[in-house]
Amino acid sequence: MSSATAPNEPAVAGLPVPVNCKTVGRVTVDNALLSARGVNVFYSGKQAIQEVSIDISRNEVLAMIGPSGCGKSTFLRCLNRMNDTIEGARVTGSIVLDGQDIYDKRQDVVQLRARVGMVFQKPNPFPKSIYENVAYGPRIHGLAADRVELDEIVHTSLQRAGLWDEVKDRLNNPGTSLSGGQQQRLCIARTIAVNPEVILMDEPCSALDPIATARIEDLIDELRASYAIAIVTHSMQQAARVSQRTAYFHLGDLIEVGETDRIFTNPRHKLTEDYITGRFG
Amino acid sequence: MNRSVAETRERVEKSLKRRRWAELRFKTYGLCAVLLGLSFVVLLFGSLIAQGWSAFRQAYVVIEVHYDPAVLNPEGTATADDLAVADYAALVRTSLKTRFPDVEGRAATKQLAALVSNSAAQTMQKRLAEDPKRMGQRETLRVLASDKVDQLLKGRIDRTVPEADRAVSDQQLAWIDALVKDGSLSLAFNKGFFTQGDSREPEQAGVWGAVVGTLYTLAMTLALSFPIAVAAAIYLEEFARRNRWTDLIEVNINNLAAVPSIVFGLLGLAVFLNIFGMPRSAPLVGGLVLTLLTLPTIIIASRAALKAVPPSIREAALGMGASKVQMVTHHVLPLAMPGILTGTIIGMARALGETAPLLMIGMVAFIVDVPKGLTDPATVLPVQIFLWADSPERAFIERTSAAILVLLLFLVVMNATAVILRNRFERRW
Ligand SMILES: Nc1ncnc2c1ncn2[C@@H]1O[C@H](COP(=O)(O)OP(=O)(O)O)[C@@H](O)[C@H]1O
Ligand SMILES: [Mg+2]
Repeated sequence: MSSATAPNEPAVAGLPVPVNCKTVGRVTVDNALLSARGVNVFYSGKQAIQEVSIDISRNEVLAMIGPSGCGKSTFLRCLNRMNDTIEGARVTGSIVLDGQDIYDKRQDVVQLRARVGMVFQKPNPFPKSIYENVAYGPRIHGLAADRVELDEIVHTSLQRAGLWDEVKDRLNNPGTSLSGGQQQRLCIARTIAVNPEVILMDEPCSALDPIATARIEDLIDELRASYAIAIVTHSMQQAARVSQRTAYFHLGDLIEVGETDRIFTNPRHKLTEDYITGRFG
Repeated sequence: MNRSVAETRERVEKSLKRRRWAELRFKTYGLCAVLLGLSFVVLLFGSLIAQGWSAFRQAYVVIEVHYDPAVLNPEGTATADDLAVADYAALVRTSLKTRFPDVEGRAATKQLAALVSNSAAQTMQKRLAEDPKRMGQRETLRVLASDKVDQLLKGRIDRTVPEADRAVSDQQLAWIDALVKDGSLSLAFNKGFFTQGDSREPEQAGVWGAVVGTLYTLAMTLALSFPIAVAAAIYLEEFARRNRWTDLIEVNINNLAAVPSIVFGLLGLAVFLNIFGMPRSAPLVGGLVLTLLTLPTIIIASRAALKAVPPSIREAALGMGASKVQMVTHHVLPLAMPGILTGTIIGMARALGETAPLLMIGMVAFIVDVPKGLTDPATVLPVQIFLWADSPERAFIERTSAAILVLLLFLVVMNATAVILRNRFERRW
């Protein structure tokens, strides 16, 4: 497989895919921001995912679906090196962000995580005020020169997360006093406050009711204009609603990647088809 | 198996009865245990207060003294140093003899003088040194009565036993009654108990020296053990990888917490005193030894507190790009603080009650002066209690109980501080 590189784009966009890649469909995109090639993850020697190669592009939502335990979260956590925090976890292969190998020794994880933000399955606001939750990232990364600027960042972040109107009168209330859906939007606001390039979301709606879920889905669609987004979801409907590309994982293998519409209407791999049609999962 | 609904109901009903009964029984057991524990506490405090309360009052005699130059400075050439060692006891004797003019002979005079504590002479000496113009003057002084008089007034010496078996003679009884009658001998608040150090004479013995020694020792212990233990706990819990070494350290910390405290005392004696040559009986060394003792307790409690912080908070912080140190100091530590403080207080309370290791490093020495620093010889409350409990004089019995009350007060204050600090840190969002 090869990808056509736009003339004015750096050559990294077309990072070669290992020959042993058995994934069905096109894993590469033109204009890739983040490229994983031949990624394996081992937990204390036990392999969790094998030879995963895929590109994530700007202004696009990539959905990762698959039965539980197939390694979606594991792969997602490779992309901002959250697996580093798990003892016994080992990652091989290469993941390149904008031409830079993120597993390189010289790569600073702090800097990486400022560029690749993450939203977790269970809303996990800090036990601090709403304001402090959003201000925390800009503070530690030194993004605001003074209080006025910080206020501005908090304001815009909450606004973009669609939370401003609901919390503008109680910025000093604890973040944990919000409802589940509001908490998750607060976590999103917190993530976009440091202006990342990629946002990773691990089943961000699995703990939320349908209305809160719909709000988050709308939000994801809006955020796509500015960020590359990778979302893990156990809901195929959600994948179909929010994503442009979908990747199907099965027992640690990346089985199939393609345009979301195509995957759901015309899956090429037998396993994908079985999953889509609800034969297992 | 197919059971009818009615039959199932009936069976459930039956089991329900049994469960209710079991629940009731369990509640009763619990209540009994609580009541039993409570009654022991009441018993302890009751007996301590009954025994020790009287130590907070003390018998004082009012005497009229004369700073007689003929006794203090017979040749008229005495320097300040000579005046410091002059025979003030004779002046106290004279003052008493003026009060009871019919006392004759050495033996009777000695008996009369025994009514007043020998601190009376010291009081006179101090007052003269303060103001040399008092020489030749007379003044009325309120001085300590002797411990026997004190005990008699508190009803701890039985007047009805034969004179030979009594600590106070019939003659002395008559004098005491006369003094009480004219109001010059009475019980009053025992200020000396709270302002003075230890003494061989029970009526002069105070708890302040031990309180200050305890404060210095505990301050030293806290200043060392809290930062070291918290740092160790954070390192082990948040930074160290689990391997054979950390397992070994963990096992050893747990073992250390169970080591008898006297072993730490021996270690302190061997290392701090003999190798490093630190001063004997000093709060500095006491603090070091108690630090060894409290470290494992605080480390274990702090690790438990750190473990209890939800991992999602750590993920959130790291996911935001916080460094590990930022994650710990900004998020994990504040949430673990209440637990860490509880552990610290438990450790400090244990240190407060320790006697054995301090005996080994000489804090059991008889020390009169209130310590002024970390290297002054000092003793601590539990050791003071141990020393007094070991003394034969009756008056030390009530002082022992009173000192225990002071120690318990210390504990209560410490625990209250802990609760206040905990509530301050414990922001339940
Ligand atoms: N921290 C971990 N330690 C050991 N094994 C893990 C860990 N996290 C996940 N795994 C294993 O890796 C596999 C993939 O898990 P995961 O990525 O969480 O799946 P998914 O998110 O698709 O449900 C599973 O078999 C799981 O048991
Ligand atoms: Mg998962």
